[in-house]
Amino acid sequence: MLWGIVLLALVSLLTFVIFYVLPSADPAQLRAGRDASPATLHQIRVSLGLNRPLPAQYWTYVTHLVFHADLGYSYFSGASVGSLLIDRLPATISLTLGAVVVWLLVAVPLGVISAVRRGTWVDKLTTGGALLGVSAPVYWLGLVALYLFADDIGKWPLLPGAGSYVPFTDNPGKWFASLILPWLVLASTFAAVYARLLRGNMIEVLSEDYVRTARAKGLSERRVVWRHGLRAAVTPLVTLAGLDIGLLLGGAVLTETVFDIPGIGRLNYDAIIHADYPVIQGTVLLAACFVIVANIVVDVGYAYLDPRVRAA
Amino acid sequence: MSAADAAGAVLSVEDLRVGFDTRDGLVQAVDGVSFAVAPGRTLGIVGESGSGKTVAATTAMGLSRGPRVRVSGRVLLDGEDLLDAAPQRLRALRGDAIAMVFQDPLSALHPLLRVGAQIGEAVRAHRPGVSRAAARARAVELLEWVAIPNAGQRVDAYPHELSGGMRQRAMIAMALANEPRVLIADEPTTALDVTVQAQILALLRRLRDELGMAMVLITHDLGVVAETADEVAVMYAGRIVEQSPAGELFAAPRHPYTWGLLRSMPRVDAPAGAALVPIPGRPPSLIHPPSGCRFHPRCPYVRERHRSEDPALEPLPDAPGHRVACLLPEAERRVAWARLATGATPAQARAAIEPAGEEGRV
Amino acid sequence: MTAGSAPPLAGGEQLVKRFPLTRGVVFRRRLGDVAAVDGVTLSVQEGESLGIVGETGSGKSTLARMLLNLLEPTSGVVRYRGEDVTHARGAQLAALRRKRQLVFQDPAGSLNPRKTIGAAVADPFAIHGLLPERAARARRVGELLEQVGLEAASANRYPHELSGGMRQRVGIARAIALGPELLVADEPVSALDVSIQAQILTLLRELRRELGLTLVLIAHDLAVVRHMCDRVAVMHDGRLVEVAPVEELYRAPREAYTRELLAAVPRIPGPPSASGPAGG
Repeated sequence: MLWGIVLLALVSLLTFVIFYVLPSADPAQLRAGRDASPATLHQIRVSLGLNRPLPAQYWTYVTHLVFHADLGYSYFSGASVGSLLIDRLPATISLTLGAVVVWLLVAVPLGVISAVRRGTWVDKLTTGGALLGVSAPVYWLGLVALYLFADDIGKWPLLPGAGSYVPFTDNPGKWFASLILPWLVLASTFAAVYARLLRGNMIEVLSEDYVRTARAKGLSERRVVWRHGLRAAVTPLVTLAGLDIGLLLGGAVLTETVFDIPGIGRLNYDAIIHADYPVIQGTVLLAACFVIVANIVVDVGYAYLDPRVRAA
Repeated sequence: MSAADAAGAVLSVEDLRVGFDTRDGLVQAVDGVSFAVAPGRTLGIVGESGSGKTVAATTAMGLSRGPRVRVSGRVLLDGEDLLDAAPQRLRALRGDAIAMVFQDPLSALHPLLRVGAQIGEAVRAHRPGVSRAAARARAVELLEWVAIPNAGQRVDAYPHELSGGMRQRAMIAMALANEPRVLIADEPTTALDVTVQAQILALLRRLRDELGMAMVLITHDLGVVAETADEVAVMYAGRIVEQSPAGELFAAPRHPYTWGLLRSMPRVDAPAGAALVPIPGRPPSLIHPPSGCRFHPRCPYVRERHRSEDPALEPLPDAPGHRVACLLPEAERRVAWARLATGATPAQARAAIEPAGEEGRV
Repeated sequence: MTAGSAPPLAGGEQLVKRFPLTRGVVFRRRLGDVAAVDGVTLSVQEGESLGIVGETGSGKSTLARMLLNLLEPTSGVVRYRGEDVTHARGAQLAALRRKRQLVFQDPAGSLNPRKTIGAAVADPFAIHGLLPERAARARRVGELLEQVGLEAASANRYPHELSGGMRQRVGIARAIALGPELLVADEPVSALDVSIQAQILTLLRELRRELGLTLVLIAHDLAVVRHMCDRVAVMHDGRLVEVAPVEELYRAPREAYTRELLAAVPRIPGPPSASGPAGG
């Protein structure tokens, strides 16, 4: 737990250093627009606190965060970073959780079946699909999906296209429909990896002694595979899923950009373009938080799933 | 009752052959094995790794089915051929009429399921009407029957939370949940401490008597066999090389491999100076077994014709319950054993039986 | 009794080894300690063969590892030739390692599957900087392999190509490579088939005679220990229960636990009966 806090501090420091030390756009310049006079620039700089020495800027940031829960204000829009994050979070959560459900629903049966029927066409199909899912970049897949199925530009207009996202509270039906393509695209890579991982685990597990015992008891093959086999093989997947969720909650930048979903990832991307440091810092810290929490949850979850871990 | 008399037997294996197709060739793990066990009796199958003892047992349970497995022969359970049975029928019998206990309970029990749940599963698989609560109660009952203290709590334990001995008892309870007619125990005590081993063997004997079931005990430990088996079959290279009532095997063994085993095992009751006579060489390849008698490359008493002739398992003239697969004449074997039993080395025993002047030496 | 005049070659005094017990995943609570070895004083005379028997959890392997400085005792003293070597380091430890060697239980696990067995046996030379010249080293490796009953040519083979018994022979060759004085064998035959066990035990006896080794044999198999050892120590729950010359222990055990252990071993009836001094 303590470690987590140390990590967060390190992350914020690192982000700060990267932003200011490495060459990037000048936020004052961007904010001021073209043909801004040096006086205007200077004015903007002072108002944003950019003319102060770096360590002082950092210190201000940290104290504001810790004591006032104040993440600062966007250089670009002036809105409070905190409110921006809260605003964008639901979209990212919708995207992430939906994708997780899709990829698990696909990966688990495929993984089990291709392990049980090794060498058959199901297995080969899964392997091929996995290769495709892993090699195809998400943005490419996203664009292809839009090109094929989006109702505004697609060949077979079936589903809402980019930019059609509405929050759940506004219109559940539209919300759902607008996320179908993004879910499928985002899930594709993960489903591929998970199916292969599960297949490998299942093959190993099915040759274990306790599976032989289950058969010797006269259990149906189905029960042997699903209740005994899968139960033992799935634990690493659950752990991995937890970590991946943590990662995705920090924003699936590519997917959100291609489908124009107003989530944390998109926010981050826009902030980088605009050299909007406070927002960047905010999104990065949020992402780091999610990852750290996910790690803790996964550790606890593993102990729950595998009782052997609980005893010293 | 001898093995040859299969009439009263509950389990009868006839000319069982099991081969595995591997990249290197056909591994003939079991090559013509026959035995029978009657209710209430224990058959001990003794052998080292590669002898085929475990494969014979798992095949009898129908666990060796697969695309690369070639099985022939018959396995009769109360007259019904298990090798011929449909998969559903086999599953119905497994865990119900015929059950198996495996070697290492830590790996043979599912690590992520509670012990009571695993036992309850065995019950419900064969008695569909039983509710979960009833199955759990039965599990507790079974754990008490195998003398696990605090059964009411232990039923919810995970396998790794139990000691080695208790795990094995739990596995036995699981196997006997449906009161099978036959129990096959594959090295049930090998992974256990010696004091625990003694308890488990006593438990098995008690349960066998209470249920009147037939037991097949597979082991490499001759001492275990001596104390628990009524009849013994010694396996080597996929075949039975000697088979007899237990007492006779130790008093009057007739196969050079058996002699080798007896002479090469350290005894806890033999004085420290006693000689161990190792069997030379290594267990044979099952893909390319030796020609003729399979034991001949390691046999101190080998003769020329043993390299080309393959002995069959035949009863002794004066003891039909005792069968041996060896080409040496019975009279000579008797002499050799008499020498070995008084401490002679194999070389000395061989000298005693070598026909003088004949070209029998190799 | 053989004890007395000559100082022991190696031993431990009041050795204790505790391991912490924790519970919980996120916040680990320390429940206390478990004493794997709880105050054991034991020594072995030069040239003798000492057996340490016990069941799982008796602490015999932990004790052996402390005697070889492979595990640091929580308290107590480890001695070698009278000197206190409990905290030996650096050059002193390296010198000790040459004199004391360990043969492991699992022939497969203790050999690097990617190294040929010739390389495995040559390792001790490499580690201690001995026999730098390749030809001399290769020759010595060949000699060692033959000494343990393998062909010199098998130096080019890999562990997975050998049977369990052969792998154990390799482990023994590696252990005697530097000419140690003390050889500790931790369950050297438990993982092997019965007929191979006898071969390895016979080999150990021969080597002991040829090389004048002092042997400490750790085993749970009472029959093996009786056959191989001059003196036997019985351990239970981290404590030493009884130490006695072999015949005395097996014929007239004094402690109840020893009697219990002996009674539990299944007996093989019938001959062979006692013979003269062990042949072969």
